[in-house]
Amino acid sequence: MTKNEIKNLHQQYLHTLTREKRIVRFFQLLIFILFFLFWELASRQQWIDPLIFSSPTKIWNMFIQKSIDGSLAANIGITVTETILGFLAGTILGTMLAALLWWSPILSKILDPFLVILNAMPKVALGPILIVAIGANMTSIVAMGTLVSVIITTIVVFTSFKEVDPNYIKVLQIFGGTRTQCFKEAILPASFPTIISTLKVNVGLSWVGVIVGEFLTSSRGLGYMIIYGFQVFDFTLVFLSLLVIAVFATIMYQLVELLEKKIIQD
Amino acid sequence: MDFLTVKDLHHTYFTRTSATIALSDITLDVKEGEFVSFLGPSGCGKTTLLSIIAGLIEPTGGSVLLENKPIKTSQNDIGYMLQQDYLFPWKTIEENIQLGLKINGNLTNAKKEEASNLLKQMGLHHVEASYPKQLSGGMRQRVALVRTLATEPKLLMLDEPFSALDFQTKLKLEDHVSNTLKTFNKTAILVTHDIGEAIAMSDRIILFSPSPGRVHKTFIVPEELKTLPPFKARNHPLYTELFQNIWKELECIDEE
Repeated sequence: MTKNEIKNLHQQYLHTLTREKRIVRFFQLLIFILFFLFWELASRQQWIDPLIFSSPTKIWNMFIQKSIDGSLAANIGITVTETILGFLAGTILGTMLAALLWWSPILSKILDPFLVILNAMPKVALGPILIVAIGANMTSIVAMGTLVSVIITTIVVFTSFKEVDPNYIKVLQIFGGTRTQCFKEAILPASFPTIISTLKVNVGLSWVGVIVGEFLTSSRGLGYMIIYGFQVFDFTLVFLSLLVIAVFATIMYQLVELLEKKIIQD
Repeated sequence: MDFLTVKDLHHTYFTRTSATIALSDITLDVKEGEFVSFLGPSGCGKTTLLSIIAGLIEPTGGSVLLENKPIKTSQNDIGYMLQQDYLFPWKTIEENIQLGLKINGNLTNAKKEEASNLLKQMGLHHVEASYPKQLSGGMRQRVALVRTLATEPKLLMLDEPFSALDFQTKLKLEDHVSNTLKTFNKTAILVTHDIGEAIAMSDRIILFSPSPGRVHKTFIVPEELKTLPPFKARNHPLYTELFQNIWKELECIDEE
Protein backbone atom coordinates (compact mmCIF):
# COMPACT_ATOMS: atom_id res chain seq x y z
CA MET A 1 0.00 0.00 0.00
CA THR A 2 1.48 3.34 -0.93
CA LYS A 3 1.71 6.32 1.34
CA ASN A 4 -0.93 8.14 -0.66
CA GLU A 5 -3.43 5.34 -0.31
CA ILE A 6 -2.95 5.24 3.44
CA LYS A 7 -3.41 8.98 3.56
CA ASN A 8 -6.65 8.67 1.61
CA LEU A 9 -7.94 5.95 3.89
CA HIS A 10 -7.12 8.08 6.89
CA GLN A 11 -9.01 10.98 5.32
CA GLN A 12 -12.00 8.71 4.79
CA TYR A 13 -11.82 7.57 8.38
CA LEU A 14 -11.76 11.15 9.64
CA HIS A 15 -14.65 11.92 7.33
CA THR A 16 -16.82 9.15 8.83
CA LEU A 17 -15.99 10.45 12.30
CA THR A 18 -17.15 14.00 11.47
CA ARG A 19 -20.27 12.66 9.75
CA GLU A 20 -21.19 10.60 12.78
CA LYS A 21 -20.68 13.59 15.05
CA ARG A 22 -22.88 15.72 12.81
CA ILE A 23 -25.68 13.13 12.88
CA VAL A 24 -25.53 12.97 16.68
CA ARG A 25 -25.61 16.77 17.03
CA PHE A 26 -28.48 17.05 14.52
CA PHE A 27 -30.71 14.64 16.40
CA GLN A 28 -29.86 16.19 19.75
CA LEU A 29 -30.94 19.57 18.43
CA LEU A 30 -34.03 18.05 16.83
CA ILE A 31 -35.18 16.48 20.11
CA PHE A 32 -34.59 19.79 21.89
CA ILE A 33 -36.61 21.82 19.37
CA LEU A 34 -39.39 19.25 19.00
CA PHE A 35 -39.78 19.05 22.77
CA PHE A 36 -40.41 22.77 23.12
CA LEU A 37 -42.53 22.95 19.95
CA PHE A 38 -44.72 20.11 21.14
CA TRP A 39 -44.97 21.64 24.60
CA GLU A 40 -46.12 24.95 23.09
CA LEU A 41 -48.59 23.26 20.78
CA ALA A 42 -50.01 20.98 23.47
CA SER A 43 -50.50 23.92 25.78
CA ARG A 44 -52.27 26.06 23.14
CA GLN A 45 -54.50 23.21 21.98
CA GLN A 46 -55.40 22.49 25.63
CA TRP A 47 -54.07 18.92 25.35
CA ILE A 48 -52.39 19.65 28.64
CA ASP A 49 -53.68 22.06 31.26
CA PRO A 50 -51.93 25.38 30.46
CA LEU A 51 -52.48 26.52 34.03
CA ILE A 52 -50.32 23.67 35.35
CA PHE A 53 -47.89 23.03 32.50
CA SER A 54 -47.58 26.62 31.27
CA SER A 55 -45.93 27.00 27.85
CA PRO A 56 -42.49 27.95 26.48
CA THR A 57 -43.65 31.35 25.25
CA LYS A 58 -45.18 32.26 28.61
CA ILE A 59 -41.97 31.19 30.34
CA TRP A 60 -39.93 33.20 27.87
CA ASN A 61 -42.06 36.31 28.43
CA MET A 62 -41.67 35.94 32.16
CA PHE A 63 -37.93 35.44 31.68
CA ILE A 64 -37.70 38.75 29.79
CA GLN A 65 -39.85 40.56 32.35
CA LYS A 66 -37.92 39.21 35.35
CA SER A 67 -34.61 39.89 33.63
CA ILE A 68 -35.55 43.50 33.09
CA ASP A 69 -36.69 44.13 36.67
CA GLY A 70 -33.48 42.40 37.87
CA SER A 71 -35.19 40.01 40.28
CA LEU A 72 -34.14 36.91 38.30
CA ALA A 73 -30.45 37.81 38.25
CA ALA A 74 -30.54 38.54 42.00
CA ASN A 75 -32.16 35.20 42.80
CA ILE A 76 -29.77 33.31 40.49
CA GLY A 77 -26.81 35.07 42.12
CA ILE A 78 -27.91 34.02 45.60
CA THR A 79 -28.62 30.40 44.73
CA VAL A 80 -25.45 29.90 42.66
CA THR A 81 -23.31 31.43 45.41
CA GLU A 82 -24.90 29.19 48.03
CA THR A 83 -24.46 26.12 45.85
CA ILE A 84 -20.79 26.85 45.10
CA LEU A 85 -20.07 27.49 48.77
CA GLY A 86 -21.89 24.34 49.86
CA PHE A 87 -20.20 22.31 47.17
CA LEU A 88 -16.70 23.55 48.04
CA ALA A 89 -17.25 23.18 51.78
CA GLY A 90 -18.67 19.67 51.34
CA THR A 91 -15.77 18.53 49.19
CA ILE A 92 -13.01 20.12 51.25
CA LEU A 93 -14.45 19.09 54.62
CA GLY A 94 -15.13 15.59 53.33
CA THR A 95 -11.59 15.19 52.04
CA MET A 96 -10.15 16.52 55.30
CA LEU A 97 -12.30 14.12 57.31
CA ALA A 98 -11.15 11.28 55.06
CA ALA A 99 -7.53 12.30 55.68
CA LEU A 100 -8.15 12.24 59.42
CA LEU A 101 -9.68 8.77 59.21
CA TRP A 102 -6.72 7.56 57.14
CA TRP A 103 -4.34 9.10 59.63
CA SER A 104 -5.78 7.23 62.56
CA PRO A 105 -6.94 3.69 61.75
CA ILE A 106 -8.34 3.32 65.26
CA LEU A 107 -10.43 6.48 64.84
CA SER A 108 -11.79 5.15 61.55
CA LYS A 109 -12.81 1.91 63.28
CA ILE A 110 -14.52 3.83 66.07
CA LEU A 111 -16.37 6.19 63.72
CA ASP A 112 -17.34 3.57 61.14
CA PRO A 113 -20.91 2.82 62.39
CA PHE A 114 -21.65 6.53 62.87
CA LEU A 115 -20.60 7.26 59.30
CA VAL A 116 -22.91 4.51 58.07
CA ILE A 117 -25.83 5.96 60.05
CA LEU A 118 -25.13 9.52 58.91
CA ASN A 119 -24.82 8.37 55.32
CA ALA A 120 -28.10 6.49 55.47
CA MET A 121 -29.89 9.51 57.02
CA PRO A 122 -31.76 11.72 54.55
CA LYS A 123 -29.83 14.91 55.31
CA VAL A 124 -32.53 17.25 54.02
CA ALA A 125 -34.70 16.02 56.90
CA LEU A 126 -32.34 17.92 59.18
CA GLY A 127 -33.32 21.16 57.42
CA PRO A 128 -35.83 22.46 59.99
CA ILE A 129 -33.35 21.86 62.84
CA LEU A 130 -30.61 23.71 60.96
CA ILE A 131 -32.87 26.66 60.30
CA VAL A 132 -33.96 26.89 63.91
CA ALA A 133 -30.39 26.51 65.16
CA ILE A 134 -28.59 28.79 62.68
CA GLY A 135 -31.44 31.04 61.56
CA ALA A 136 -33.35 31.41 58.32
CA ASN A 137 -30.44 32.88 56.42
CA MET A 138 -27.80 32.07 53.84
CA THR A 139 -25.58 30.29 56.36
CA SER A 140 -28.16 27.63 57.10
CA ILE A 141 -28.75 27.08 53.38
CA VAL A 142 -25.02 26.71 52.69
CA ALA A 143 -24.89 24.34 55.66
CA MET A 144 -27.59 22.25 54.00
CA GLY A 145 -25.65 22.18 50.73
CA THR A 146 -22.58 21.08 52.66
CA LEU A 147 -24.32 18.52 54.84
CA VAL A 148 -25.84 16.72 51.88
CA SER A 149 -22.44 16.05 50.27
CA VAL A 150 -19.93 15.88 53.12
CA ILE A 151 -20.55 12.36 54.44
CA ILE A 152 -20.62 10.63 51.08
CA THR A 153 -17.43 12.53 50.10
CA THR A 154 -15.75 11.33 53.29
CA ILE A 155 -16.70 7.72 52.65
CA VAL A 156 -15.77 7.66 48.97
CA VAL A 157 -12.46 9.52 49.38
CA PHE A 158 -11.49 7.48 52.45
CA THR A 159 -12.12 4.27 50.50
CA SER A 160 -9.88 5.50 47.70
CA PHE A 161 -7.16 6.43 50.23
CA LYS A 162 -7.28 2.88 51.54
CA GLU A 163 -7.12 1.38 48.08
CA VAL A 164 -3.84 3.07 47.10
CA ASP A 165 -1.28 0.34 46.31
CA PRO A 166 0.64 -0.21 49.58
CA ASN A 167 3.85 -0.69 47.62
CA TYR A 168 3.99 3.06 46.96
CA ILE A 169 3.96 3.53 50.73
CA LYS A 170 6.65 0.85 51.02
CA VAL A 171 8.88 2.76 48.61
CA LEU A 172 8.49 5.91 50.72
CA GLN A 173 8.97 4.09 54.03
CA ILE A 174 12.26 2.63 52.84
CA PHE A 175 13.43 6.16 52.13
CA GLY A 176 12.44 6.95 55.72
CA GLY A 177 9.23 8.76 54.77
CA THR A 178 6.95 9.90 57.60
CA ARG A 179 3.19 9.40 57.55
CA THR A 180 2.72 13.02 56.46
CA GLN A 181 5.10 12.50 53.56
CA CYS A 182 3.36 9.26 52.57
CA PHE A 183 0.07 11.14 52.50
CA LYS A 184 1.43 14.05 50.50
CA GLU A 185 3.53 12.10 48.01
CA ALA A 186 1.42 9.00 47.44
CA ILE A 187 -2.04 8.84 49.03
CA LEU A 188 -3.38 12.25 48.00
CA PRO A 189 -2.09 12.39 44.39
CA ALA A 190 -3.11 8.77 43.78
CA SER A 191 -6.64 9.65 44.90
CA PHE A 192 -7.05 12.79 42.78
CA PRO A 193 -9.14 11.02 40.13
CA THR A 194 -11.57 9.82 42.82
CA ILE A 195 -11.74 13.24 44.43
CA ILE A 196 -12.56 14.81 41.08
CA SER A 197 -15.29 12.28 40.42
CA THR A 198 -16.83 13.00 43.83
CA LEU A 199 -16.80 16.67 42.79
CA LYS A 200 -19.12 15.72 39.96
CA VAL A 201 -21.50 13.95 42.32
CA ASN A 202 -21.28 16.80 44.81
CA VAL A 203 -22.37 19.37 42.23
CA GLY A 204 -25.70 17.59 41.99
CA LEU A 205 -26.00 16.98 45.73
CA SER A 206 -25.25 20.59 46.65
CA TRP A 207 -28.03 21.76 44.34
CA VAL A 208 -30.42 19.42 46.15
CA GLY A 209 -29.36 20.73 49.56
CA VAL A 210 -29.55 24.39 48.57
CA ILE A 211 -32.92 24.17 46.79
CA VAL A 212 -34.48 22.31 49.72
CA GLY A 213 -32.94 24.85 52.08
CA GLU A 214 -34.54 27.66 50.08
CA PHE A 215 -37.89 25.83 50.09
CA LEU A 216 -37.75 25.89 53.86
CA THR A 217 -36.53 29.42 54.50
CA SER A 218 -38.72 30.85 51.71
CA SER A 219 -37.12 34.25 51.36
CA ARG A 220 -34.78 34.40 48.36
CA GLY A 221 -33.26 32.33 45.56
CA LEU A 222 -34.44 29.93 42.87
CA GLY A 223 -35.80 27.46 45.42
CA TYR A 224 -37.88 30.28 46.85
CA MET A 225 -39.15 31.15 43.36
CA ILE A 226 -40.32 27.54 42.94
CA ILE A 227 -42.09 27.38 46.30
CA TYR A 228 -43.62 30.85 45.81
CA GLY A 229 -44.84 29.95 42.33
CA PHE A 230 -46.36 26.79 43.77
CA GLN A 231 -48.13 28.69 46.57
CA VAL A 232 -49.65 31.33 44.30
CA PHE A 233 -50.31 28.71 41.60
CA ASP A 234 -48.04 30.46 39.08
CA PHE A 235 -46.47 27.45 37.38
CA THR A 236 -44.82 29.59 34.72
CA LEU A 237 -42.59 30.84 37.52
CA VAL A 238 -41.91 27.26 38.67
CA PHE A 239 -40.91 26.15 35.18
CA LEU A 240 -38.76 29.24 34.64
CA SER A 241 -36.86 28.42 37.85
CA LEU A 242 -36.47 24.79 36.84
CA LEU A 243 -35.05 25.70 33.45
CA VAL A 244 -32.62 28.19 34.99
CA ILE A 245 -31.51 25.55 37.51
CA ALA A 246 -30.99 23.05 34.69
CA VAL A 247 -28.78 25.55 32.83
CA PHE A 248 -26.64 26.52 35.82
CA ALA A 249 -26.27 22.98 37.18
CA THR A 250 -25.05 21.93 33.73
CA ILE A 251 -22.58 24.81 33.59
CA MET A 252 -21.14 23.83 37.00
CA TYR A 253 -20.88 20.21 35.95
CA GLN A 254 -19.08 21.18 32.74
CA LEU A 255 -16.65 23.35 34.72
CA VAL A 256 -15.80 20.38 36.94
CA GLU A 257 -15.24 18.25 33.84
CA LEU A 258 -12.93 20.92 32.48
CA LEU A 259 -11.01 20.88 35.75
CA GLU A 260 -10.80 17.10 35.55
CA LYS A 261 -9.26 17.27 32.08
CA LYS A 262 -6.76 19.83 33.31
CA ILE A 263 -5.66 17.93 36.40
CA ILE A 264 -5.66 14.41 35.02
CA GLN A 265 -3.72 14.55 31.80
CA ASP A 266 -4.48 11.01 30.68
CA MET B 1 33.42 -7.99 61.44
CA ASP B 2 30.67 -8.65 58.93
CA PHE B 3 28.80 -5.91 57.19
CA LEU B 4 25.32 -7.33 57.71
CA THR B 5 24.56 -9.85 60.42
CA VAL B 6 21.27 -11.65 60.83
CA LYS B 7 21.17 -13.67 64.03
CA ASP B 8 18.63 -16.25 65.27
CA LEU B 9 15.84 -14.52 63.40
CA HIS B 10 12.28 -15.75 63.91
CA HIS B 11 9.14 -14.31 62.49
CA THR B 12 5.56 -15.40 62.97
CA TYR B 13 2.50 -13.89 61.31
CA PHE B 14 -0.64 -13.81 63.39
CA THR B 15 -4.21 -13.83 62.20
CA ARG B 16 -7.41 -14.29 64.17
CA THR B 17 -7.48 -18.01 63.44
CA SER B 18 -3.83 -18.95 63.05
CA ALA B 19 -0.18 -18.25 63.75
CA THR B 20 2.06 -18.98 60.76
CA ILE B 21 5.80 -19.32 61.25
CA ALA B 22 7.31 -17.50 58.27
CA LEU B 23 10.96 -17.61 59.29
CA SER B 24 12.68 -19.85 61.74
CA ASP B 25 16.20 -19.66 63.10
CA ILE B 26 17.78 -17.61 60.31
CA THR B 27 21.44 -16.82 60.86
CA LEU B 28 23.50 -15.41 58.04
CA ASP B 29 25.95 -12.69 57.19
CA VAL B 30 26.90 -10.60 54.18
CA LYS B 31 30.32 -9.05 53.62
CA GLU B 32 30.85 -5.56 52.27
CA GLY B 33 30.80 -5.47 48.47
CA GLU B 34 29.36 -8.96 48.26
CA PHE B 35 26.45 -9.97 46.02
CA VAL B 36 24.30 -12.59 47.73
CA SER B 37 21.21 -14.28 46.32
CA PHE B 38 18.35 -15.69 48.36
CA LEU B 39 16.98 -18.56 46.33
CA GLY B 40 14.03 -20.74 47.13
CA PRO B 41 10.53 -21.82 46.20
CA SER B 42 7.67 -19.45 46.93
CA GLY B 43 6.45 -19.41 50.50
CA CYS B 44 9.88 -19.70 52.06
CA GLY B 45 9.73 -16.22 53.57
CA LYS B 46 12.26 -14.48 51.33
CA THR B 47 10.28 -11.29 50.99
CA THR B 48 9.52 -11.30 54.73
CA LEU B 49 13.24 -11.57 55.41
CA LEU B 50 13.97 -8.62 53.12
CA SER B 51 11.26 -6.53 54.79
CA ILE B 52 12.78 -7.31 58.19
CA ILE B 53 16.28 -6.42 57.01
CA ALA B 54 14.88 -3.19 55.55
CA GLY B 55 13.37 -2.35 58.92
CA LEU B 56 9.80 -2.39 57.61
CA ILE B 57 8.69 -5.29 59.81
CA GLU B 58 9.70 -5.82 63.42
CA PRO B 59 10.72 -9.50 63.76
CA THR B 60 9.17 -11.57 66.56
CA GLY B 61 12.64 -12.71 67.59
CA GLY B 62 16.33 -12.30 66.79
CA SER B 63 18.35 -9.37 65.54
CA VAL B 64 19.57 -7.68 62.38
CA LEU B 65 22.70 -5.56 62.55
CA LEU B 66 24.14 -3.40 59.80
CA GLU B 67 27.72 -2.43 60.64
CA ASN B 68 26.95 -3.51 64.20
CA LYS B 69 24.02 -1.14 64.54
CA PRO B 70 20.31 -1.97 64.46
CA ILE B 71 18.47 -1.04 61.28
CA LYS B 72 16.55 2.23 61.08
CA THR B 73 14.75 3.27 57.92
CA SER B 74 15.34 6.93 58.63
CA GLN B 75 19.08 6.55 58.12
CA ASN B 76 18.75 5.48 54.52
CA ASP B 77 21.29 2.72 54.77
CA ILE B 78 19.11 0.38 52.79
CA GLY B 79 17.89 0.57 49.24
CA TYR B 80 15.03 -1.69 48.21
CA MET B 81 13.91 -2.47 44.70
CA LEU B 82 10.51 -4.10 44.38
CA GLN B 83 9.20 -6.66 41.92
CA GLN B 84 7.59 -3.93 39.88
CA ASP B 85 9.10 -0.53 39.40
CA TYR B 86 6.48 1.40 41.42
CA LEU B 87 7.46 4.65 39.81
CA PHE B 88 4.91 7.29 40.77
CA PRO B 89 2.80 7.76 37.64
CA TRP B 90 1.93 11.39 38.42
CA LYS B 91 5.59 12.40 38.75
CA THR B 92 8.06 12.92 35.92
CA ILE B 93 11.12 10.68 35.70
CA GLU B 94 13.20 13.49 37.17
CA GLU B 95 10.85 13.87 40.15
CA ASN B 96 10.80 10.11 40.56
CA ILE B 97 14.56 9.69 40.78
CA GLN B 98 14.77 12.59 43.23
CA LEU B 99 12.04 11.17 45.46
CA GLY B 100 14.35 9.57 48.02
CA LEU B 101 16.45 12.72 48.28
CA LYS B 102 13.33 14.83 48.70
CA ILE B 103 11.92 12.58 51.43
CA ASN B 104 15.00 12.83 53.60
CA GLY B 105 15.68 16.46 52.83
CA ASN B 106 18.93 15.96 50.89
CA LEU B 107 17.76 17.53 47.67
CA THR B 108 20.83 19.62 46.87
CA ASN B 109 21.91 20.64 43.39
CA ALA B 110 24.94 18.36 43.58
CA LYS B 111 22.74 15.37 44.44
CA LYS B 112 20.31 16.25 41.66
CA GLU B 113 23.22 16.35 39.23
CA GLU B 114 24.45 12.98 40.47
CA ALA B 115 21.04 11.39 40.04
CA SER B 116 20.67 12.63 36.49
CA ASN B 117 24.21 11.46 35.65
CA LEU B 118 23.28 8.06 36.99
CA LEU B 119 20.31 8.06 34.65
CA LYS B 120 22.63 8.68 31.71
CA GLN B 121 24.98 5.92 32.82
CA MET B 122 21.98 3.61 32.70
CA GLY B 123 21.58 4.54 29.05
CA LEU B 124 18.54 6.71 29.61
CA HIS B 125 18.90 10.01 27.80
CA HIS B 126 16.33 12.81 27.50
CA VAL B 127 13.71 11.08 29.62
CA GLU B 128 13.74 13.43 32.63
CA ALA B 129 10.64 15.29 31.55
CA SER B 130 8.73 12.15 30.52
CA TYR B 131 6.17 10.34 32.62
CA PRO B 132 6.65 6.69 33.58
CA LYS B 133 3.85 5.47 31.30
CA GLN B 134 5.80 6.73 28.28
CA LEU B 135 8.67 4.34 29.05
CA SER B 136 9.03 0.60 28.42
CA GLY B 137 9.14 -1.93 31.26
CA GLY B 138 12.90 -2.33 31.09
CA MET B 139 13.48 1.42 31.07
CA ARG B 140 11.16 1.89 34.03
CA GLN B 141 12.98 -0.73 36.06
CA ARG B 142 16.26 1.07 35.30
CA VAL B 143 14.72 4.34 36.48
CA ALA B 144 13.65 2.54 39.66
CA LEU B 145 17.26 1.42 40.15
CA VAL B 146 18.47 5.00 39.73
CA ARG B 147 15.88 6.13 42.28
CA THR B 148 17.17 3.51 44.71
CA LEU B 149 20.84 4.31 44.12
CA ALA B 150 20.37 8.09 44.28
CA THR B 151 20.25 8.08 48.08
CA GLU B 152 23.52 6.10 48.14
CA PRO B 153 22.36 3.17 50.27
CA LYS B 154 25.04 0.97 51.85
CA LEU B 155 23.05 -2.15 51.18
CA LEU B 156 20.89 -2.75 48.13
CA MET B 157 18.09 -5.26 48.18
CA LEU B 158 16.49 -6.52 45.00
CA ASP B 159 13.21 -8.38 45.37
CA GLU B 160 12.78 -10.28 42.10
CA PRO B 161 13.26 -7.04 40.19
CA PHE B 162 13.39 -8.75 36.81
CA SER B 163 10.46 -11.12 37.20
CA ALA B 164 7.93 -8.84 35.51
CA LEU B 165 10.08 -8.30 32.41
CA ASP B 166 10.32 -10.27 29.17
CA PHE B 167 13.28 -12.62 28.85
CA GLN B 168 15.42 -10.50 26.52
CA THR B 169 14.98 -7.33 28.56
CA LYS B 170 15.68 -9.29 31.70
CA LEU B 171 19.03 -10.61 30.39
CA LYS B 172 20.09 -7.14 29.29
CA LEU B 173 19.08 -5.59 32.58
CA GLU B 174 20.93 -8.24 34.57
CA ASP B 175 24.15 -7.19 32.85
CA HIS B 176 23.35 -3.55 33.42
CA VAL B 177 22.58 -3.92 37.11
CA SER B 178 25.52 -6.21 37.78
CA ASN B 179 27.85 -3.79 36.03
CA THR B 180 26.49 -0.76 37.90
CA LEU B 181 26.73 -2.45 41.28
CA LYS B 182 30.32 -3.51 40.60
CA THR B 183 31.25 0.00 39.55
CA PHE B 184 29.90 1.47 42.78
CA ASN B 185 31.11 -1.49 44.84
CA LYS B 186 27.66 -1.95 46.37
CA THR B 187 26.67 -4.74 48.70
CA ALA B 188 23.55 -6.39 47.36
CA ILE B 189 20.99 -9.04 48.19
CA LEU B 190 18.92 -10.46 45.37
CA VAL B 191 15.76 -12.42 46.03
CA THR B 192 14.80 -14.73 43.19
CA HIS B 193 13.32 -18.10 42.32
CA ASP B 194 15.28 -18.22 39.09
CA ILE B 195 18.33 -20.48 39.59
CA GLY B 196 20.07 -19.17 36.47
CA GLU B 197 19.71 -15.56 37.53
CA ALA B 198 21.10 -16.34 40.98
CA ILE B 199 24.19 -18.06 39.56
CA ALA B 200 24.83 -15.50 36.86
CA MET B 201 24.66 -12.49 39.15
CA SER B 202 25.88 -13.42 42.60
CA ASP B 203 28.97 -14.36 44.60
CA ARG B 204 27.10 -16.56 47.00
CA ILE B 205 23.72 -18.26 46.89
CA ILE B 206 21.72 -19.04 50.01
CA LEU B 207 19.09 -21.67 49.40
CA PHE B 208 15.95 -21.47 51.54
CA SER B 209 13.44 -24.20 52.25
CA PRO B 210 9.80 -23.45 52.96
CA SER B 211 7.34 -23.83 55.85
CA PRO B 212 8.83 -22.54 57.96
CA GLY B 213 11.41 -20.56 55.98
CA ARG B 214 14.94 -21.48 56.97
CA VAL B 215 18.41 -21.61 55.45
CA HIS B 216 18.84 -24.93 53.68
CA LYS B 217 22.28 -24.71 52.11
CA THR B 218 24.82 -22.16 50.91
CA PHE B 219 26.55 -22.35 47.53
CA ILE B 220 29.70 -20.42 46.68
CA VAL B 221 29.82 -19.30 43.07
CA PRO B 222 33.23 -20.18 41.51
CA GLU B 223 35.67 -17.30 40.89
CA GLU B 224 35.52 -17.84 37.12
CA LEU B 225 31.80 -17.07 37.06
CA LYS B 226 31.93 -14.17 39.52
CA THR B 227 34.19 -12.13 37.26
CA LEU B 228 32.08 -12.64 34.14
CA PRO B 229 29.09 -10.45 33.33
CA PRO B 230 25.80 -12.38 33.82
CA PHE B 231 25.14 -13.00 30.14
CA LYS B 232 28.58 -14.56 29.56
CA ALA B 233 28.43 -16.45 32.84
CA ARG B 234 25.33 -18.24 31.57
CA ASN B 235 27.41 -19.80 28.77
CA HIS B 236 30.25 -21.02 31.01
CA PRO B 237 30.54 -24.80 31.63
CA LEU B 238 30.78 -24.23 35.40
CA TYR B 239 27.40 -22.49 35.24
CA THR B 240 25.68 -25.67 34.06
CA GLU B 241 27.40 -27.71 36.75
CA LEU B 242 26.29 -25.42 39.56
CA PHE B 243 22.82 -25.23 38.04
CA GLN B 244 22.54 -29.03 38.23
CA ASN B 245 23.73 -29.06 41.85
CA ILE B 246 21.23 -26.47 42.94
CA TRP B 247 18.48 -28.16 40.94
CA LYS B 248 19.12 -31.43 42.80
CA GLU B 249 18.98 -29.63 46.15
CA LEU B 250 15.68 -28.02 45.18
CA GLU B 251 14.32 -31.47 44.27
CA CYS B 252 15.35 -32.71 47.73
CA ILE B 253 13.50 -29.78 49.34
CA ASP B 254 10.42 -30.65 47.29
CA GLU B 255 10.47 -34.25 48.49
CA GLU B 256 10.66 -33.31 52.15
